[in-house]
Amino acid sequence: MKKTVNKSAWAGLLCAAALLALVVILENVLDPNKNIMVFAALKKGAVYALVAVSMNLLNGFTGLFSLGQAGFMLLGAYTYAILTIPVSQREAVYYIYNGSAVNFSLPELFGGGAFGLVLGVVLALVLGGCVAAAVAWLIGLPVLRLKSDYLAIATLGFGEIIRAVFQWDKLGPVTNGANALKNFPTFSSFNITNGSGETVLRLSTFTAFLLAGICIAVIVLLINSTYGRAFKAIRDDEVAAEAMGINLSKHKRLAFVISSFFAGVGGGMFAMFANQAQAKTFTTAMTYEILLIVVIGGIGSVSGSCIAAFLYVAASEWWLRFLDAETFIGGFKVPLLRNGFRMVVFSVVIMIVVLFFRRGIMGDKELPDLLKKRRKEGAK
Amino acid sequence: MQYAISILLSGVSLGGQYALIAIGYTMVYGILRLINFAHGDVFMVAGLMMVYLTASLPLAASIPLVLVLTVLLGFIIERAAYKPLREAPRMSVMISAIGVSYLLQNLATYVTGGLPKMYPEIPGISNTITIAGVPTKVVTVVTPVLVLVLVLALTQLIHHTKVGMAMRAVAKDFETAQLMGIKINAVISVTFIIGSFLAAVGSVLYFTNYQSIVPLSGALPGLRAFVAAVFGGIGSIPGAVVGAFIIGISESVIKGSSWSIFSDAFTFALLIIILVVKPTGLFGEKVTDKV
Amino acid sequence: MKENVLKVENVTMQFGGVVAVDNLNLEVGKGEIVALIGPNGAGKTTAFNVITGVYQPTNGAVWFQGEKIVENHPQGKMKQQYKGEHAGDYAQVLAPTPDKVTRLGMARTFQNIRLWKSQTVFDNVLIAKHCRATSNVFSAAFRLNRKEEAVQRENVLELLETVGLADVKDEPATSLPYGKQRRLEIARALAAEPKLLLLDEPAAGMNPQETEELTAFIGEIRDRFHLTVFLIEHHMNLVMNISDRIYVLDFGKLIAQGDPAAIQNDKRVIDAYLGVSEDA
Repeated sequence: MKKTVNKSAWAGLLCAAALLALVVILENVLDPNKNIMVFAALKKGAVYALVAVSMNLLNGFTGLFSLGQAGFMLLGAYTYAILTIPVSQREAVYYIYNGSAVNFSLPELFGGGAFGLVLGVVLALVLGGCVAAAVAWLIGLPVLRLKSDYLAIATLGFGEIIRAVFQWDKLGPVTNGANALKNFPTFSSFNITNGSGETVLRLSTFTAFLLAGICIAVIVLLINSTYGRAFKAIRDDEVAAEAMGINLSKHKRLAFVISSFFAGVGGGMFAMFANQAQAKTFTTAMTYEILLIVVIGGIGSVSGSCIAAFLYVAASEWWLRFLDAETFIGGFKVPLLRNGFRMVVFSVVIMIVVLFFRRGIMGDKELPDLLKKRRKEGAK
Repeated sequence: MQYAISILLSGVSLGGQYALIAIGYTMVYGILRLINFAHGDVFMVAGLMMVYLTASLPLAASIPLVLVLTVLLGFIIERAAYKPLREAPRMSVMISAIGVSYLLQNLATYVTGGLPKMYPEIPGISNTITIAGVPTKVVTVVTPVLVLVLVLALTQLIHHTKVGMAMRAVAKDFETAQLMGIKINAVISVTFIIGSFLAAVGSVLYFTNYQSIVPLSGALPGLRAFVAAVFGGIGSIPGAVVGAFIIGISESVIKGSSWSIFSDAFTFALLIIILVVKPTGLFGEKVTDKV
Repeated sequence: MKENVLKVENVTMQFGGVVAVDNLNLEVGKGEIVALIGPNGAGKTTAFNVITGVYQPTNGAVWFQGEKIVENHPQGKMKQQYKGEHAGDYAQVLAPTPDKVTRLGMARTFQNIRLWKSQTVFDNVLIAKHCRATSNVFSAAFRLNRKEEAVQRENVLELLETVGLADVKDEPATSLPYGKQRRLEIARALAAEPKLLLLDEPAAGMNPQETEELTAFIGEIRDRFHLTVFLIEHHMNLVMNISDRIYVLDFGKLIAQGDPAAIQNDKRVIDAYLGVSEDA
């Protein structure tokens, strides 16, 4: 029993390592300037995969319905940005407010250079997660004692409000008001350059994958631990779970706080991907997008969320772009195609999945489960 | 003093408009235990329909047409997106509602090209009048009156007609009502029809005050109306109305102060407070799960 | 009687104007098997729910292993509505949640089986061990609790062997036949390491043979795990065969108590219950 567990853990690690190696090779063989779409989709896919898995931890594994994901991402993104903008850039970024109220930058505090960059970025991401987790704890305190419906509405409200608060003028010296925060380290900062500034080894996509991979691995470990099992018990039957000694409010709060922590980290990574952090990007529509990724992948499946995240991002950012462009084929204007059509097609597809393929791509199974099943059938 | 009156007037009118939306939320929740996330967007679509219909039709024709089309939209949404999931877990229905909301918003973005649309002037209620020395639009006065009339009519319907009795029965106990031969689907459809109708009326009143309309115009009023419904006690119609007036007036007061950016934060704080102090809302009944 | 494990003292449970349990007093001694019987709607499950913390009683107290765990008195609107006795006897408010009661050493089963549907037989029992785990969320996620987890898994396996479910341990819980699901629910309750086991109609829906097996099974686990058992049941064969003592509840009131022979001959009981109900 134990040996098979170890074996599958090793297999998982090996697969992850192979995937990371593949990403590095791909990034250094293909010319990123000619394949902007591919790499943008890969990076955004990695970020969305993490956020979707964090949402799945709550919606799929604990049975709580939260709609605050974008709000928690916002907290993570702003924390990350505020802590990592180089001091020399602050004047330029906060030009409206005559400089920033925060006058240090974590990567520089750690002595700059490659070491300072890695440590500073990781610490800033973790702190971003912590801020999101702390806010989640505060919201959860009153709301999680109640029926789970109220969590949905309270988090939805939180997502709407946090955006307004971060654009508040008086917070300008910290949040830069409605303007974007930028010039902080992004994924591209992890590309290795030589003395003359030429890129020797591109590691930007690799960084995104590595960070998301580590976080997802931690979530998977949690789901398979005794706490993860308690979460699933709450999802399946709350009354029975409580009767068997599981403290409902404590465990619900735990799931909510952990989920928000990783949403915060994901938000920081989103800022790294987008090269900026701006409150107005973290809309409720973004939460909906992530929720729909979870649904498409299968509620209660981590691998499903990951696959769906990449499919969704690739489709929306890359494969279906043509739907938004007015197109002429031999003088004939293709009807319907114009700005916004892509999202309409998308929402229709999503409604079809929700109504007719409710289990999504993976149901509540994981990738290894499917492989095992196939092997078993093959053996028969 | 004048300033206070004008704030109060706009608060009451806003509250009335929220009340019309909140009733739709509270009735659907009472019967299906579903937060109909698409309701705010139905409200927005009603506004957009008005914009497009008045472009080619006279006002007298477009207002009734908007009401009919919105009712139809609400009916179709229920039949297409919620009815097939009657036996599914509640989370699936909630997700379906979010899917519909997303679809309506994206459709609206596509149709309008994402640009704000000007809401047509409606003679009679767009006009300015002066009350107690304060200039205001007629709609400000019409709204509370209309709300009262509609709510009274609705309570008559619920308490003195057969379909109203059926609605109360279904809200009390879905399964037993079904076993007693009540046509569940018909009752649910009626609920959505009433909700959408009131949302359409609300949208005419609301957008007359706000003039421009964008695809996201429904989201926040919808959220506030839902909070109002929770505040008043979800499932209770008088509760929704009272809650809506409280939310509307406090929003108007805060918007008039220097804390205007926190008006939604205040609404949200109000929600949290009521959930902590009295989770069943002002008029809600306590429901205990059977073990 | 030996020392008390459970003592219910003047418990009244009133829902609005309806008195579901009226001034209930009962005691369950260490190592005993005690049954609570009565016609449908007599308030048996309500009494269970008060003992396990699901409901907060309107008035009265519950003692467990010599310690007062539940106490309440009429408050607010109830002050006027209260129809029971002993209203002035209790001043404290003690209202533990069910999980806390379980961690104190009480575990229960449900009248309508409540297994975790998506989990396997093994996991259903393993999850019940969670309340005895000492690891925090970090040590659990990063597998610093390996030893504890291994011990738990071993215990669960042993437990499943004891109850005769080891061969189906990897099946989904809901795929089991009805009788085995009941047995699994008991195994799950045992995994929480209780001193007192509360069974809510464990034989409901079982055929005579299954009931007989269950009767033997309850006796077995009592001896093996040094348990005290308190059960609600309608199957008179089971109740009469197994119980050391019986309490009879009718319309929320205790109408009789004693050993099986005494209960079988009690006129009030026959009138209220045995005389009119089928003798299964």
